[in-house]
This record gives sequence, C-alpha cells and structure tokens, in this order.
Amino acid sequence: MLRFVVRRLFQLVPILFGLSLLLFFWVRALPGGTAVALLGERATPETIAQIERLYGLDRPIWQQYLSFLGRAVRLDFGNSVRTNRPVVEEMLRTFPATIELALAALTFAIVVGIPLGYFAARRYGGWLDSVTVSASLLGVAVPVFFLAYILKYVFAVQLGWLPTAGRQDPRVDAEHPTGFYVLDGIVTGNPAATWDAVEHLILPAIALGSIPLAIIVRITRASVLDVVNEDYVRTAEAKGLLARTITRRHVLRNALLPVVTVIGLQAGLLFSGAILTEKVFGFPGVGNFIYEAISFRDYAVLQGFILVIAAVYVLVNLAVDVSYGLIDPRVRVR
Amino acid sequence: MRHHSLSRRLLALSAGTVMVAGLAACGGDDGDEGEAGEGGGGTLVFGGSADPVILDGAYVSDGESLRAIRQIFETLVTTEEGGTEIEGLLAQDWEASDDGLEWTFNLQEDVTFHDGEPFDAEAVCFNFDRWYNFEGVLQSPAVSYYWSTVMGGFAQNEDPNLGESLYAGCEAPDEGTAVITLTRPSSAFLTAMSLPSFSIASPAALEEGGADEVSGTGDAPSFEGTFGYENPAGTGPFQLESWDRGSRLTLSRYDDYWGEPAQLDTLVFSVIADGPARRQALEAGDIDGYDLVDPADVDALEEAGFQILRRPAFNVGYVGFNQALPPMDNPQIRQAIAHAINRENLLQTNYPEGAAVATQFMPPDLFGYADDVTEYEYDPERAQQLIAESGVTDLTLDFWYPTDVSRPYMPNPQANWELMRTDLEAVGFTITPQTAPWNPQYLDQVDGGNAQMYLLGWTGDFGDPDNFIGTFFQQQQPQWGFDNPEIFDVLNRAEAETDEEARVELYQEANRLIMDYLPGLPYVHTEPAIALREGVEGLVPDPVTNERFVGVSID
Amino acid sequence: MSLAEIEAETESKRVGEETGGSLGREAWKRLRRDPVAIIGFVLIAFFVLVALFAPLLAPYAPDAQPGAGTITPTNIPGPSAEHWFGLDELGRDEFSRVVYGARQSLLVGVVSLILGMSLGLLMGFLAGAFGGKVDTVVMRLVDVMLAIPGLLLAIAIAAVMGPSLLSVMIAIAAINVPIFARLLRGQMLAQREADYVLAAQSLGVRRRSIMLGHVLPNSVSPVIVQGTLTLATAIIEAAALSFLGLGSADPGVPEWGRMLASTQRYLASAPHLAFFPGTAIVIAALGFTLLGERLREALDPKYRR
Repeated sequence: MLRFVVRRLFQLVPILFGLSLLLFFWVRALPGGTAVALLGERATPETIAQIERLYGLDRPIWQQYLSFLGRAVRLDFGNSVRTNRPVVEEMLRTFPATIELALAALTFAIVVGIPLGYFAARRYGGWLDSVTVSASLLGVAVPVFFLAYILKYVFAVQLGWLPTAGRQDPRVDAEHPTGFYVLDGIVTGNPAATWDAVEHLILPAIALGSIPLAIIVRITRASVLDVVNEDYVRTAEAKGLLARTITRRHVLRNALLPVVTVIGLQAGLLFSGAILTEKVFGFPGVGNFIYEAISFRDYAVLQGFILVIAAVYVLVNLAVDVSYGLIDPRVRVR
Repeated sequence: MRHHSLSRRLLALSAGTVMVAGLAACGGDDGDEGEAGEGGGGTLVFGGSADPVILDGAYVSDGESLRAIRQIFETLVTTEEGGTEIEGLLAQDWEASDDGLEWTFNLQEDVTFHDGEPFDAEAVCFNFDRWYNFEGVLQSPAVSYYWSTVMGGFAQNEDPNLGESLYAGCEAPDEGTAVITLTRPSSAFLTAMSLPSFSIASPAALEEGGADEVSGTGDAPSFEGTFGYENPAGTGPFQLESWDRGSRLTLSRYDDYWGEPAQLDTLVFSVIADGPARRQALEAGDIDGYDLVDPADVDALEEAGFQILRRPAFNVGYVGFNQALPPMDNPQIRQAIAHAINRENLLQTNYPEGAAVATQFMPPDLFGYADDVTEYEYDPERAQQLIAESGVTDLTLDFWYPTDVSRPYMPNPQANWELMRTDLEAVGFTITPQTAPWNPQYLDQVDGGNAQMYLLGWTGDFGDPDNFIGTFFQQQQPQWGFDNPEIFDVLNRAEAETDEEARVELYQEANRLIMDYLPGLPYVHTEPAIALREGVEGLVPDPVTNERFVGVSID
Repeated sequence: MSLAEIEAETESKRVGEETGGSLGREAWKRLRRDPVAIIGFVLIAFFVLVALFAPLLAPYAPDAQPGAGTITPTNIPGPSAEHWFGLDELGRDEFSRVVYGARQSLLVGVVSLILGMSLGLLMGFLAGAFGGKVDTVVMRLVDVMLAIPGLLLAIAIAAVMGPSLLSVMIAIAAINVPIFARLLRGQMLAQREADYVLAAQSLGVRRRSIMLGHVLPNSVSPVIVQGTLTLATAIIEAAALSFLGLGSADPGVPEWGRMLASTQRYLASAPHLAFFPGTAIVIAALGFTLLGERLREALDPKYRR
C-alpha cells in the first residue's frame, strides 16, 4: 500500500513541474509583458525598467524560471498588485471560505443525492425514478450562475428568507480564528455567529451543489442498478434475505465505490462552479478573488492561485485513488 | 510627466448652500445634531465596493481607503460639509505671509491622538518631514500620488523628472503654532491641505508601526510596517477597532475626541464587491447604506422608503478624440461625431435623474463655466453633411470602452458605448469595438495615446477649474494628441492670474476656445448618489466625497 | 468542468469491463422509440433551426432599438404583445436578441467542439496506437491539463488572448482536449485486448491496419456520445465565460451569457432580462444532454435491460 502511495506521489512531480512551466510562460505571454502585468496601473517606462532590473527580468529565461520555481516551492508568490498583500496571505484568507462553501455544497449533494439515487434505483421505472432522472438531466443543463440567480431572486430578493450576499452579517460580532466561519462560531462559543454563517451558506451551497447532486444521483442510481443485478444479490434475494439486509451488506457498499470516485472528481468541477457562484452571491472566497484578479489583471495572484489550486486538485485526486485502493485492492495493481 | 497644477485662488461653490437645502428635502427632518445625539449609539454598517488598501493617507488615492481614512484622521484644514470652501479643522486659523511663502497655522488645543500622544506643532512638522523625506519606492506616484501632485518633489528626488519641492520646511515655535515654509508662493497649497492624504498621524505610532518600511522583495512594493494595518493613530472621531481583511473594517468612537464626539458607537465598512449585491444587502437590512448607487436602483430604492442623497455634480463624462490618429485631426469629423450622438437619449436611457447634458469639460456650478460656448445639438443630417465636407473617405473608427468598471460619470460604460455606436453608424461611420479592463490596460492604452476614440471622465478633487480643464488641456498630452498653443496659453494665464474676476473670465474664454476646437465631446455631469436606510441621519453628501460620519446617528 | 468530464473519467475507469458497441441498427431502433431521446432531438432541432433562420424569425435586428427614447434605467418594459420577451436596458427587442444569441451559442459550441475533439482525438490516437514513450508524454500532458479546473483553464487562456470569440472557442476547446484524448486512448487500449484484435494479430495483419481498420472505427461510438454531451457543456461554458466578461469584444453581439451578466443590475426591476437568456441556455444544453445520455444508454450494454 505504501509503495502504491509513494509511486502515485512521484507521478505528481512531472505534473506539477509541467504546470509551473506552463504558468511561468503564461504570465510572459500576457499582453503588456511581465513588468506591466506586475506593476499594474501607473506603469511608466522608467518604473518598468526599474522593476525589470529589480526582479531580474533582464536575466536569461531559465534563470528566471529557476528563481520562480525556488520561490514557488517556498510558497512565495509575491504580492497582490491590487491589495498590496502577499499572495500567500490572500490564500489563507480566501481558501477557507471556498473550502467551507465546497464542503457545504458536497454535503448537500451527498445527503440529498445518495438516498435519492438509491430509492430511484430500487423503484426502477417508477415515478420517483422518472422524476429523479429527469431532474438530474435538467440539473446538468442549468448553468450554475443562472440557478444562483433564480435562488437569489426568489429566496433572498423576493421572499427575504435568506441573506443575499457575503459570509457573515457585519453586525454579528464574531471572531474568526480559523477562517471557517461555521467552525469559528462553534469554537468561540458563539451560536449566533454560527447560525448566521450557516444562513449565508445555504443558497450558494445549493446552487453550487446542484451539479454534483445531479451526477451523484445518477451514478448512485446506475451503480445500485448494476449491483442489484449482480448474481450475488440475486442469490441473496433468492435465499430470502431481508431487503434491508441486502441493502446494507451488499448493495450500498459496492455501489458506493464509483460514487466515491465521482465525489473525488468533483473537486475541479466544484471549483469552476465556485467562481461563478461566489460572483453571484458576493461570497468572499477564492472564486471571487480570482474573478477580481482577472478584472484587475493581478497576475501574481493568478499565477500563485492557479498553481496552488492545481496542486490541491491533484492531491485530492490522489487521495481519492488511495482511498479507492484501500476499499478495492485490485486498483493498486494498475 | 503629467501636468498637475493647482489653483491659485479658490472661489466657493455656490453649490454648497443649494446642497444643504437639498439634503433637508431628501433626508426628512434633519433635526439638531445635539438632539439627535440623545438617542445616539449603535452600529452603522456602510457597504463599500472594496477593502481599503492601507489606512495611511500618504499612500493611497482610492475612494474606499480615503473614506475610512477621513473618519480616523484629520487634516489641518478641510472643506465645508457639502461644499468646497476651506475651513479649519486641526488648525483653528491660519495666516500667510505677504510674500505667500510662510504659512502660520494656529492649532487646536487639547487634541490627542488615538494612542494617547498629544497633538502639537511638533507632530505636524513630523508628518510633513516624513512625507518630504520619502525615498525609493515611496516616491512612486503610485504610492504617494497626492504629495507628488501637489508638492512636486521630495528632499532627494529619485526621478530627475521631479522638480524642486514646493515644500521648504516646517517649524514649531511653540506647541500651538506650526509654520510651514514654501519655496514659491502658492495659494493652491491651502486647498490641497484639505486632502486626506495630508492627514496628521501620531509620530509615535508612525515610528513604532514602521510606517515607512517598504520592501521590494516581492513582485510589487509591499508595506511591511503595522501602522497602516493595525495601529493607524490619528485624531479623528473614530479609531480602528478591528480589520477583518477583505471583509469588514470596524471603527469605534474615540471618546477623547476634541470636538463634538461621534454619535455612533461603531462604524463598520463592509466590503460587498458586487453592485447589485450592495443594493440587496441594503434592502435585506445587512447594511445601513452604500455609495455609488446604480442608476437603475435609484427609483426603486426611493419608492421602497430608502433615502437617496445626491452629491452636487462635480464630474464630467466625455468621449475623447486622439488627434494624433487620423481622421480625428479633422475638425469636421469631430464635429460630425458631436452632432451624431444623441446625448439626451443616452442620458435618459443610462443615467438616473439629476444627470445633465454637458456642454463643456467642467460642471456648471464651478466658476469659469461659460454659458455661451458652441453647442453641438443632435443633428444626424448635419453630421452627414460635415462628413461629406470633410473629404474623409475611410470612416472606420476604433472606439474604446472599459470593462469591469463603474464610474460616477459612467455607471455602465458598455451601455454608453453601444448607444453611441448605433448613433455613429447611423450617420455613416464604421465602428470597431476596442476594449480592455479599466485598470491598468484601458488607462494605459488611453494615456499612452493608442486609443483613437474613447470613453473617459473625471471627478474633481478641488473646487477649481484648473482641476478640470487645466488637467486636461494645459499642455500637450498623448491621450488628446493635439498641440494648440492658443488654448495652452489661456490656461497658463488663468492659472497664474491672481485677480479673481480676471481669472473667471480667462477660464470662460478657455472653455469657449475648447468647445470651438472640440478636442473631445463632453456629454454628462452626474450627481453620484448614496443610499441610506430610513433612520440614518446627519450624513451630508459632498461634491468631493468628503463625507464625515461624526455627525451621523441612527434610530 | 463538466458532467462530460466526469462521465469520461468513469468511462475510462470502466474500460476493460465494457467496450463501446458499434452504432448499430439495434441502438438506432432503441433511440427511435425513446421519448427522452426524441425530446432531446426536437430541442436540438429547434435550437439549430432558430440559429440558422434567426434573421427570418427575429422581428428586429439584434442592435435595433425599437424602444429608443422610452427606456430609462428604472423603466424597462417586460413582455408584451409587441415585444414578446420585453425590451432590454437599451430599448432593444429582447426576443430578437435571444434568437440571434442562438447563432453565437451554436457557433461557439460547434467550433470549439471540433477544435477540441480533433486535437484530443489526435493525442489519444497517438497515445493509444504507439504506446510506450509517446503514450507517457501525451498522457502526462493530459494530466497537466486536467490538473487545472476547466473554467480556470479557459479563463487563463482567454486572459492571454484578450476578449474575442476566437479566444472563447479556443479556451473551451482546450478544456475538451484532455477528455477526448483520454477517452480514445482508453477505448483503444481496451480494444487492443479484444478477441478480434488478437485474432487479427495471430493472422498476421499489420499493426497499422489493425489500428486504423478495426480499433479506431470501433472506438467511434463513445466519441459520438461524448461529442454530443460536450456540445451541451460547451454551450454552458461559453455562457459562463461570456458571463465573466470574456466573450466577444463587441458588446452589441448578442451572447446569452453576457446578456445574463449585463442585466445583473436590473434583476429586481426587470427579471425578464435574466429569465429569457437563461432559459435559452437551458433549452440548448438540455437538448444535447438528453440525446447524448440516451445515445450512451442505447450503445452501452450495461443499460440494456
């Protein structure tokens, strides 16, 4: 098992290396050149020359790349042009928000999706099945930002049940030691802050959770159908085992395997959706920050964030592979 | 070097008085400030579009930072609430020597900084010497924009293009008297001292907080000190309580404030980047008010019982023509464009009530405004005729608009662009769309002289025509690409003139010349609006956005 | 980025268990009787016809302003007999703009699919046919591309190329390249072990003709399925990019995503400006999703019961 993990970790090296290379040249391909990109507004020919000397942009390209790599390894991505703060600090500020949102979205998708998919499969061809399948197809076709608009318009603007934007009501007196606001409320013993943070999470989490929900429902349903038709389940049924026992022992456990994989694969999907969802709900997470970085052409931020996001994404996939391998030893042989 | 001269003499805006009356109408019964204070206290949450960059006036020029800094810090002088006339703040009164070189400020007594240090003449001089002695990156106009604009130079200029500083020195003959010496006479000096960038901060806090420590090891200059982030000690009615970066800035009342203390206990600036989200946050009660209300929201908010405070128009939106790029050098083409664009329809469609069609490059309330400039009314036939007379055959124009921006004078640049494009194509032009994000590419393209025709505008910093047409047209600039000695000369003479009436006439003359020459087409003056929920009283909308929350109360 | 990506992933994980059947008569028969597939087909046909005949269907040009002079920021009329979908914030006919928007959407969808699919299939074919070092290099490249979340990759590409229709197409194509590369490679690897290939090999048929003559054609049907599904996501991705302000440089060109974004500020007073373009995206994407799904089921023996 350990060898499997180590081997997979080694496979990450070329991926991250390739990524860093791509990102390095990406910034150099941007209109205006690196110095202009990094200087932002009010760049004059003099300051550009100054910056180019200061950051060694006049050195050979491979030297520049090595120093970029060296700093990236130490998580030094420079400063955001827009906020004037180190990129790493911005990451520590925004990542917890997005992770919290993504976890909430996934929780929503799993809690609703797995039972729905399971019962749809058990009642294959019934009305619940048809409705579930249609809804999941529709769910895939509805762009997440459109759904976010609809939710916001109905539940926040028209009905006023939930807040329209942000993570925390500015009036709520809350401290944020961890950056995960729900957790912060619990840690600091402030139930009002916890509840407020939860309220702010509901609509964005539902919007963002809609895509994984559709997929989880369908994969669960398909997996359960597969398993139900497997011989051993038929045998078990023939042997007169209670339906509930079959469910617990065989169907669910085997059916959950592909679901685990799919959940792991949601990381990237969730992230793409988060950019859009956070924008609609003014949610101060990674997605919103990146969107603003694009608007302001804050390339130091984009470079650092994309590299870290990709690294996280690749690691999540690795974790999924590993856990898959734990559940099903056959996978390790691959 | 960009030319940034300042006024020599300041005339008060007549708008000041108009404003106060207007506010009373908007805000309902304003009441006595003393009375309103009895029910005082509470927390006011104001929605901003972005986080302040740093709470140190010397380093910023963006609105969100300045708004917060105005509550925490104070300047020697300030502009009257709702107007542009200069009045005392940390200085009770002042006097200039006959040669205009020595300015003696009599300071307020019994003023303490938030860190408990006393405010005195030494502190004033400390701050001036601090700015004057900025080095390295700190001299970049991106960092100390207003100092380099107003004072022109530093003790040791890093950039040879910077001139001799206007500032010569500061002395403190006694605790209550600060004497600032200039290298040449300038009446603009006093006006400029009202800018929040010239806020007086506690010398002890500046030193302890390492306010001038800046590093260049990152990819951009980075402020290493804690002063502007954790301990911005000024003398203002509010002090920093906490700053949850990127989300909210919390200020609390400074109880030892020398003047009438603030009525609010807490003042929160909450960041909501998205415009529509700010409005929804106000409607949902998450915030008590916000700035830069979208024109689309004004009516609905008013109907729903929210207060809309309109600032006096102190801006201009214009279409710039770059004459270095033909056919913009052809006067008939420029006139044709002016006649082709239906500005009335544009304003009606894209702007809220209160927006007015501009006839020249400065707002009507400012002295020097000329009522008799050449006007270019909407007349497509005349435009076609002018095009025919011009002899220009290639009627393809690159027309630029910025994305990702909403300015007071153009809340929705793309919508303006689309309407203008339709009008221009109707008379025979072919418009090529060109676009870039506002900051930095769009401004780079325009300032660098690469944009043939573009949308831009200006919001005034000071109540002086020099801050409008002087900034635009006093010398050759790449964005306009023309050389017109007649206009440059009148503006230079106007700037140097010391007689008020003569100055007014010179600026009127300049406006007439400019509109005959038509270097661009000014099309709008707007009244940028603030929205507040009912029950928030005492905020006075200000032409130069100098809104003070000290007198604000909530029910 | 998309469901398609996930499905492709699970697909390739299942490789070895299943081989895509050929797009046979069986499958076609099943599809013709499948109401869901028919609905999908009708939606697609509707979408394509609207796109093709936009000038005939739309009562106004997309940039005409029948409402000029009556619109103010707070008075944007909703649907009426004269303007079915109401007017937009500049007094243009919303119905005409939604109709013309179908053209943009179809154009971006099809071009980006063709671009992404061609490159992806080429890479997949090289990896699958040659194996060894070629396979390693190609698949590492694919891994790198897959390591960046789809929308972020598209944004990064669009940022370099500046706002234009072409850059949107290339950005979306880039998202789809690794999906098709993986899919085809997986199929080919699976088929290589298939009985008929082994049989052909034992008969001494040359490797190249096995690859081109047998393995490749037999991998086509999953590609068709994936292509149909990818069209749906390409339409949504195009809308997302344009929603984020990375669409065509000409704001007058009606794009559904941009229409949705630019009406954010009117959400409360004129929700119709968000509703119609949003619904249009859903309809177009739904058509391809339904057909693609049913196609997959018809072709995949797993679903035959």
